[in-house]
Formats: sequence, structure tokens, C-alpha cells
Amino acid sequence: MTNKIYQYLLFIGDNTMILGHRLSELCGHGPSLETDIALTNISLDLFGQTRNYFQLAATLSKEDKTEDDIAFLRMEHEYRNVLLVEQPNRDFAYVIGRQFLYDCYHFLLLHELVNSNDEHIAAIAQKSLKEVTYHLDFSSEWIKRLGAGTDESHEKMQNAINYLYPYTGELPEETPIELEMKELGIGADLPAMKTDYYNRVHEVLKEATLDIPETNWFQSGGKKGVHSEHMGYILTQLQYMQRAYPNMSW
Amino acid sequence: MSAIARNPTINDILKGISDPEIPVLSIMDMGIVREIIENGKKLTISITPTYSGCPAMDTIRDDIKKALAEAGFEATVKLVLTPAWTTDWITENGRKELAAYGIAPPLDPAADKKALLHEKRIVKCPHCGSINTTLVSQFGSTACKALFKCEDCLEPFDYFKCL
Ligand SMILES: [Zn+2]
Repeated sequence: MTNKIYQYLLFIGDNTMILGHRLSELCGHGPSLETDIALTNISLDLFGQTRNYFQLAATLSKEDKTEDDIAFLRMEHEYRNVLLVEQPNRDFAYVIGRQFLYDCYHFLLLHELVNSNDEHIAAIAQKSLKEVTYHLDFSSEWIKRLGAGTDESHEKMQNAINYLYPYTGELPEETPIELEMKELGIGADLPAMKTDYYNRVHEVLKEATLDIPETNWFQSGGKKGVHSEHMGYILTQLQYMQRAYPNMSW
Repeated sequence: MSAIARNPTINDILKGISDPEIPVLSIMDMGIVREIIENGKKLTISITPTYSGCPAMDTIRDDIKKALAEAGFEATVKLVLTPAWTTDWITENGRKELAAYGIAPPLDPAADKKALLHEKRIVKCPHCGSINTTLVSQFGSTACKALFKCEDCLEPFDYFKCL
């Protein structure tokens, strides 16, 4: 049982870690001082949440793993994050689009997890939900500003949404571990979130005068450990210190 | 409100420790000390983070241990997540100290919730007292602050946002 909760925590913590890493790449490179600071603050929140999940996972680990082992010493196929969060920072519209599509899901997920039967997961969710409320507000506002902005910002925002939208299908997909956790009242009911998720996303896109992409094709694989070509590059950078200097610490 | 120890010496020591990013606010005024278990010279102190990723927590933990050790106490510091910290726990004194330092103290949570729904939130400029202020960014110099600008004295300032 503890092993299954450990596995479940990876589904949540890998998303916050990889998205946090993507945002950390913008430190010092944000398009303006305010957005640079905002995105790196969001990154910090996500890393803080990741540490909470991995510290909890470490206590459930059979092999006495530490939070750092879990974060840094797994192989690519052992990461459970969705493909959406590993998509690169092509331009600011992609950064905002990815953030918004994830924040909407993240917000709904945490709303479910605050009622988890597992008191530790509920506590982390309660803490995280307050932070993610601000994340969602930030990304929603930027979607609207860019979508309803100039012709150029509208076009770039639309392109980013068109590109990223097929990656959202994986968010409410339920793996066997997630199904089991749901049935035990520990995990969230992902399929039940689907309608609410798309309603919220579409509402903001409409307000931003953006078209809702028409697609029946969705890309998935991350949750099963089948990642996009970007993941290897992320891990190369993320794991460099622990691979080059095993067991190093601050 | 923070937990209060029966032994006043302990309270005085804890009042001398602050978040390194907001040096004017003691950890007691910040409301992050959740429990103090006293067993003679052995203490167990529970603290809660303001934000999940607050980088100051490790420093605060070490500062607590060190300051208490200097007074002959042996403290174990535990990190607790629940109940989650809220800006409501910042004391009245803490709010005054923040304003005097140039950081607008948090309003009541209802005001921030309304602002999230895009109703106007009234934040007073800590420099000139004007309420003619605008939000520049929801995220400021640290995770707990938002960036505002005063339209009267034109100074930028930090607002300690509600959580
Ligand atoms: Zn002013």
C-alpha cells in the first residue's frame, strides 16, 4: 500500500518539478522584470510543493530514498509527469499557454486533494491550493491580455494554444494507480474533473477572443514514462550535479 | 498568533528571531511558531512555512536552535504543514512594523479574494498614506509580496498579500 501511495505522489510531484524547472530556465530571461520575477516566484512555489511531495514519498520508500534521490536519480522512463509540462519555452505565449493549461488542472486537482483520506496529502494540497490560486489568476490574465491585445500578440497566443492544446488530453487520463487511489479516497477523481476543466479553459479562451482548437487528437505518454524528445535535455541539466558528484549536498 | 511558551525567557528569545527576508518581522509576530513543548531545558518547537517554497525556513530553523542553545536550551525544530499558514496570523504589532518598514500589511483575506475576482482592492501606500494605488504585479520581490505603485507619490512599494 505505501508503495502505491509513493507511486501516486510521483504523478503529482513530477508535474510540479518539471514545470518548475521549465520556469526556472526563465530566471533572468523573462520578457520584463515583472514577468521574470512572477514566473520565477511561481517556479519557487512549485519546487516547494515538489519538496513536500517528495519528502512525504521518501518516508514511504522501501529503499530509504531521500527527497534528492527521488528528484535526481531516476531514469527518464521512471518520471510520471505529463507531456504538457515538459514543452519548451518557445516564446512568452508558449510559456503562458502551458502555464494556464496546467494551472487550471492543478487548481481543480488540489481542490479534490484537500479532501484526501491521507492527512499528509491533504495538508500539502491545502497549502498548495492557496499558492496555485494566484498562479491561475496570473496566467489567466496574461492569456486575456495577449489574446485580446495586438494582432501580433493575438496570433502568437493562438499559435501557442493550438500547439499545446493536444497535450491537455493526458491530464484527466487515469492510470491504474490513480484509479486505485481514487477508490480508496486518497487520490483525485480525474475523469470527473474533465468537463469542469474544459469549461474553465474555454471560458478564458473566449474572453481572450481566442479560438478553441478543434481537435480529436490528443497526445499522451508522459504518465506511462514515454516522454517527448525534450525530457532528456531537461534531465541532463536537472540531474547534472547529482550525477557528476553523487550524494553532494548544500 | 504564534504559540506562547510558559517560560517568558523562551518567548523573548523567539521574538529576537526574524525571517531574513523581512528582518522587521519577528517569527512570533509572523505567526509561524505553532507549538512550543517545554520539558525543562529540552524544547520541541513546531514552525510552519509561509509559502511551500519559502527559502528562509532552513535559516529560521537554524537560528531558533542557535539562539536557544546560547541560553542553555536544547531545541528540536519540527516543520508542520497543517493548518496552513495564513496572513491572518500576523499580529497587530507585526502589521505596524511592516507598514513602518515600507511594506503594506495584508488586508483581510476577503479583500484579496475579491481582488482575485477583479474587484478593486484598496491598499494604502506605506510612504504617503494615499489609497490611490494600483497593482503592478501579483508577484513581488519574494513569493509573499505583490508589487504596487502609488499614483500620488509615484513610489513603488511591496504589499504583503493575503494567503
Ligand atoms: Zn504614496
